[in-house]
Amino acid sequence: MNIYSRPVVFAIVAAVVVLIGTVVTTFIPMMLPTTQPVSKYVKPYTAIELEGRDIYIREGCNNCHTQTVRPLVTEVARYGEYSKPEEFAYDRPFLWGSRRTGPDLARVGGKYPDSWHYQHTVNPQSMFARSNMPPFRWLAERKLDTSWSYRKVSVLGYGYSREEVEKQIKEFRAKVTSPDYPAKRIRDQVTPPPLRGDITELDALVAYLQKLGRDLKELRKKETAGVAAAAEVPRSNPYSGNREAAEKGKEIFEKNCQVCHGKEGGGGIGPNLRDEKWIYGSKDSDLYESISRGRKGGMPPFGNRLSSEDIWKVITYIRTLGEE
Amino acid sequence: MKSPTPGESVAKGFAFSSIFWLIIGLVVGLYLALEMFLPQLNFAPWIAFGRLRVVHTNGLAFGFGLGGIFACSYYMLEKLTRKELVFPKLAKFHLYLFNVAILLAAISLFAGMNTSKEYAELEWPLDVVVVIMWVIFAVNVFATLIKRREKQMYISLWYILAMTVTVAILYIVNNLEVPVNLFKSYSAYAGVNDANVQWWYGHNAVGFVFTVPILAMFYYFFPKSIGIPIYSHRLSIVSFWSLVFAYLWTGAHHLMLTPLPEWIQTVGLAFSIFLIAPSWGSVINGYYTLRGNWDKMRTNYLTKFFILGITFYGLQTIQGPTQALRSLTSFFHYTDWVVGHVHMGTMGWVTMTIMASFYYLIPKLAGRELYSEKLANQSFWLVLIGQLLYTVTMWIAGIMQGAMWKATNPDGSLTYSFVNVVAAMYPYWKIRFVGGVVYLAGILVFLYNMVKTASSGSQAA
Ligand code: HEM
Ligand code: HEM
Repeated sequence: MNIYSRPVVFAIVAAVVVLIGTVVTTFIPMMLPTTQPVSKYVKPYTAIELEGRDIYIREGCNNCHTQTVRPLVTEVARYGEYSKPEEFAYDRPFLWGSRRTGPDLARVGGKYPDSWHYQHTVNPQSMFARSNMPPFRWLAERKLDTSWSYRKVSVLGYGYSREEVEKQIKEFRAKVTSPDYPAKRIRDQVTPPPLRGDITELDALVAYLQKLGRDLKELRKKETAGVAAAAEVPRSNPYSGNREAAEKGKEIFEKNCQVCHGKEGGGGIGPNLRDEKWIYGSKDSDLYESISRGRKGGMPPFGNRLSSEDIWKVITYIRTLGEE
Repeated sequence: MKSPTPGESVAKGFAFSSIFWLIIGLVVGLYLALEMFLPQLNFAPWIAFGRLRVVHTNGLAFGFGLGGIFACSYYMLEKLTRKELVFPKLAKFHLYLFNVAILLAAISLFAGMNTSKEYAELEWPLDVVVVIMWVIFAVNVFATLIKRREKQMYISLWYILAMTVTVAILYIVNNLEVPVNLFKSYSAYAGVNDANVQWWYGHNAVGFVFTVPILAMFYYFFPKSIGIPIYSHRLSIVSFWSLVFAYLWTGAHHLMLTPLPEWIQTVGLAFSIFLIAPSWGSVINGYYTLRGNWDKMRTNYLTKFFILGITFYGLQTIQGPTQALRSLTSFFHYTDWVVGHVHMGTMGWVTMTIMASFYYLIPKLAGRELYSEKLANQSFWLVLIGQLLYTVTMWIAGIMQGAMWKATNPDGSLTYSFVNVVAAMYPYWKIRFVGGVVYLAGILVFLYNMVKTASSGSQAA
């Protein structure tokens, strides 16, 4: 008699054989701190951000977008600092993905203003003509269902009381429906009138996207706060009037700025750059500061993506726009 | 004609169900392939890419793949034990439950109810149904094996037993979740840990659904079709045990260079390389079975299905471990290259072997001769050409994509924006669609041949 003539014994032996690798690579790591690191700087999702995350899952965004930046030079250059294990402590399920039909989103929080996301999610091709992302129009046309929000955050053990959840929802509604909401113009364009006073699924999704990677970015900001303030904004443009620099600046503009400020600075999500109006001042140093450090109204900071020379070249190009 | 045994009649039901879900899954796949370059096609929520892709993968892995596996398992079980199924009613119920479950799965995935964990997307009520279905299947497997009339269990039965046990463990562990309501749940695991559990599952779903039971078919139907016994029993023992042992260690090769602890990645990589040996054990066993009889590639139409199938398995199991190497994963991970890998396995190895098994099985179950060998040959060439067009195109696209993502200017800045790279992929995605159409044409010829065989082929002598 051998095991090939004893099916039950055979099955038990097979189970033991498959369990060896399972225990070592999966069950033991479950108990090790390295697979569930926690860190104070990482905050749980708010009830609204969690609702946005559930919409991300429902629409299967994870089938095209990854959420983990690998420690590779070009990947860090494209997306930002590589992902740390503790950043995912509140992610149930994890959403790292396995296919990058669209770009990684682990660091997208704070990269663009809310208005960018409203327009992009509903009509990606209006911003990137050759993008193949589906236009998710319906998200702006549906009211967000918050009836399970409290139960959801409780299941996940985020530790909010019922009152806190209600407060989060109320404050969020107040924010996105306020006349002062910086993204108001674009939000109104994509949201049907009856829903403008309420929270839509798109609002929640945008809130979620803005949370991605934000905790780490804020930590870094705190760490470098002193340094950044000390770095002087240079006062004058070394390339002023230089044709070649303006050419190069045009290239940089088309890659980085055009999606929001429109072709040749004609305006869009961001303001027109051809006219004489300058919200934050018209001096070269004002423009430099806007580009390098970003502005509250939605302008993202490019200081860590563009060199100081490149910023001056873009400014040189912008100065040529009003000329004709 | 003698009346069919219980195993034969459920096998027939499962075989046609499997082909039905294959066609549905492929039509969805073609629509996805179109959406890749025509985003306007995402005009309604239920048809948008993110939801449809999951319908495609689940429909094919579980509707087509598992359906075919159940068909062949029930059949082989009876033949190899020389005993009829012990619980025929249960098997019949299994067939109904299976089709209802796949239908509900498709509907719920269209509706956006999914857990996001790849190949484990079904929400918890359907997970419960799947587990019940698996127990029903296992009951018949064990009962029939215990009451068998054949002393020794043949190789295919080992593989069926390994699948039965392992899929149960994998499915239950990875699907542990906490319900919010009937339609929504959250994974029991968080972050890095969840990723690790998921890809331990994900890789072994490939291993114990797309490899182990397909090998069971290969070891049974290939020798049967050509009338030559398998080359080496000893080699199959060694490859079986080393395969089922090593597979479970390798999940981390899906998570190379992510925040997963590095030692798990290294272990996963090492065992992936090791897997070449047991995989090629079966490939060599297949090739040697045909030694001295290679003319059968011409004279016996089924031989070429099996030999091409096992060849793609061989290529797949070299490509897979290579992809896991750190230098290559940093380049190919997330690109279309991996989509090429997936489809060589599924459209080459899995499809070819299941088709061949059905070509053998369905005439037997219907008690008739195959309707047309000429059509069978045509289906072979269409499926082969369609698959090659698809996979080779995706490999080229993947190399280009990886290179463009990594390209830098002399000053260290990136040469291409993300959308530049997307735009460069359109021609390849269009060719992929054409490959898919050719492949589907082959499958339709196959379906026609099977339906004709079952309904109007000439009676078997
Ligand atoms: C020795 C055997 C194999 C090894 C070591 C292996 C290795 C790999 C690796 C490393 C990946 C991940 C690529 C990436 O994302 O960068 C992968 C993906 C995949 N492989 Fe294999 N492979 C093997 C055989 C197979 C076979 C036989 C099939 C059968 C169809 C298969 C189907 C898949 C699928 C479906 C995926 C995609 C998973 C996903 O990301 O959703 N593989 N394989
Ligand atoms: C007409 C034939 C087919 C076409 C046109 C097709 C098309 C596609 C497309 C467009 C994707 C998405 C790729 C991406 O996200 O970049 C995909 C993924 C996938 N398909 Fe197919 N497919 C076909 C046949 C099959 C078959 C026969 C199977 C299985 C038996 C299969 C299994 C899968 C799997 C497992 C994935 C997920 C891959 C991953 O996550 O890496 N496909 N297919």
